[in-house]
Amino acid sequence: MSETAFIPAERKPPALGVSLGRSPKISQDRNLLGVAIFIASESVFFLAVVLAYVAYRDPGLATAKATLDVGRTAIFSIALFASSGTMAFAVRAESGRWLAATIVLGAIFLAGQGSEYARLLGEGIGPGSALFGTAFFTLTGLHGLHVLVGLVALVALVTANLRRPGAVRAVAWEGVSMYWHFVDAVWVVVFSVIYLGTLL
Amino acid sequence: MTAIPLWVRRPAGERVGWLRTVDHKEIGVLYIGMGVAFFAFGGLEALLIRAQLATPEARLLDPETFNQAFTVHGVTMILLAIVPLLVGFANYLVPLMIGARDVAFPRLNALSFWLSLIGGVVLYFSFLAGGAPDTGWFSYAPLSERAFAPGTGVDYYILGLAVNGAGTIIGAINIAVTILLMRCPGMAISRVPLFVWMTLITSVLILGAYPALTAALVMLFVDRQLGGHFFDPAGGGQAVLWQHLFWFFGHPEVYIMVLPAMGMISEVIPVFSRKPIFGYAFVAGSSVAIAFLSFSVWAHHMFAVGLGDTENAIFSATSMLIAIPTGVKIFNWIATMVGGRLRLTTAMLFAVGFIAMFVIGGLSGVSLAVVPIDLAVTDSYYVVAHLHYVLFGGTMLGIFAGAYYWFPKMSGRLLSEVLGRWHFWTTFVGFNLTFLPQHWLGAVGMPRRVFTYAASTGWGPLNLISTIGAAILAIAMVIFFVNVLRSLRSGEVAGDDPWDAFTLEWSTTSPPPPENFATIPAVTGRRPLWDRKHPESRDGR
Repeated sequence: MSETAFIPAERKPPALGVSLGRSPKISQDRNLLGVAIFIASESVFFLAVVLAYVAYRDPGLATAKATLDVGRTAIFSIALFASSGTMAFAVRAESGRWLAATIVLGAIFLAGQGSEYARLLGEGIGPGSALFGTAFFTLTGLHGLHVLVGLVALVALVTANLRRPGAVRAVAWEGVSMYWHFVDAVWVVVFSVIYLGTLL
Repeated sequence: MTAIPLWVRRPAGERVGWLRTVDHKEIGVLYIGMGVAFFAFGGLEALLIRAQLATPEARLLDPETFNQAFTVHGVTMILLAIVPLLVGFANYLVPLMIGARDVAFPRLNALSFWLSLIGGVVLYFSFLAGGAPDTGWFSYAPLSERAFAPGTGVDYYILGLAVNGAGTIIGAINIAVTILLMRCPGMAISRVPLFVWMTLITSVLILGAYPALTAALVMLFVDRQLGGHFFDPAGGGQAVLWQHLFWFFGHPEVYIMVLPAMGMISEVIPVFSRKPIFGYAFVAGSSVAIAFLSFSVWAHHMFAVGLGDTENAIFSATSMLIAIPTGVKIFNWIATMVGGRLRLTTAMLFAVGFIAMFVIGGLSGVSLAVVPIDLAVTDSYYVVAHLHYVLFGGTMLGIFAGAYYWFPKMSGRLLSEVLGRWHFWTTFVGFNLTFLPQHWLGAVGMPRRVFTYAASTGWGPLNLISTIGAAILAIAMVIFFVNVLRSLRSGEVAGDDPWDAFTLEWSTTSPPPPENFATIPAVTGRRPLWDRKHPESRDGR
């Protein structure tokens, strides 16, 4: 007896990781699902560090209010938030130019973070100086590392696209973009908790 | 008899060897090999601990060495032995069971294995680099801070666990995607073998729990290397934050270690009872309930911290709730056996042993969820007894059941049933001799993690019994390894389906060829191989 006759009609053939369509779906593509699950586990990681920051917010609040420049960081944050938009355009058009714009905006954000670090360290505030420094540098540093990893992925994507224009699979664009949006979304939380938190 | 190639490789021209393999079966075997090696290390450390405690006021180990022995024993058994053993079985079996040719990301699979192994090697390197960590497996702050642990042991602990954890997380992503997207035609999620269900839930637990550990390790690293103050009360930090983060990982970790073993016996018991599992949906569903609850019970490890009566009461209640879905499973397994035609093979003996021992561990666990009892026996040998009934009496017996059951599939050879029985009974007797007396020792006040005790305490005789039990347990392990080695050399040829089993892994050759199946199977029920062998009485649905 042929067993294949019993395949339920609603059962689709297994996803093979090759996306033929223009917009692969997370629920069908193994690469995107993998990225999505990875992002979920990363969220737990950041949640733990954010909670640690919140737990130590009160003792460090005076230092935070005195030293953090909310306006300046807000401008650099806008660069990062805007990069999510350019990323979306890049994916929609599979455009290397929009990708390059995303990289520039991400780099501007990192440069802003670097200059802020330099200023704080110059004022004697570091990860070892007091509780505020410990929590601030750990949380923003971990986020900065994630931005850096995202930039590496973006550069890899741009390079692959330059080498073989139009041949990079849609899932690669989609996967890098998911990660980039995640890094951006984490900054929404971190910026709110650390910087906007000083205005309260 | 001609020699049968072990773990069939690709044809000679394509052979890539163990270092570069990306085949899920070979990586599964590598994981199992890693687990076995670290199980041996962890076992030797346990024997050292028991030898030191056999008599009062012994001086076999100095206190510093004793601290290193119990710390590394705990870390080894949990993260470097049990988890790799279970991940190894999952790696080997999940694609076979769901009718897939490999996992979703074969190269990522190799990366996770090598990260896991390197993490273990880094931890053990600490022995050569000036001393192993000696702060206990949960490495409580501020003891683990630089001021109180000035050596490099804790730094190797941080690095080793972070790298090992990264491997475990990547592996969990891989297995989860494999189960969600790579099932063969007809293999609905409501039809996958229960071992696959348990592995999927375990992956979710890993993805929710391990990142919290990584975050805690990063913070401890900042404290130790960059002069941070996260867990440093002198600098305004809170030592208890480490406990929250660690146990937010640590308690789901218990289910990460137990659920796959429950999945193993959920495969073994039906086959050797000649019945489908009783209440498939309840076994799967109760595990989902356990997974949810396991993230809301962590503070039952912290009753003695002084969180407050309200907090303690809440965590006490959630901890007791977990007994319900766990009890559901116990009844499922028993109901599967009732009225079945039982075949008491070694695998089945270990599976039944799992149920009996796990019930004891579960009951002592419920007793520990009662705050006043916990306050009386916390940090005593009662806790040591409890956790070993869960992790050895439960998980390890389950792994042995799985080993006897699937070894023929992996190697093409049966293990000796005679040696298997010796292995089971020496394990059973040795285990209970070792850990049953520890309940009494804990109840009368013997604290864990002390390197010796005064003769006047009267704890000597029970400790001696416990140590004798550990020696018997060691003999049992030797019997098992002899059994494996003999079987690999000259064991009885197993054939494809030696147990007249139900699931797809038995429909292919033993060992399975590269890419597992000549043609991808299509299934119509929960017992596809049974359906194929008995078309007249195929399962409904």
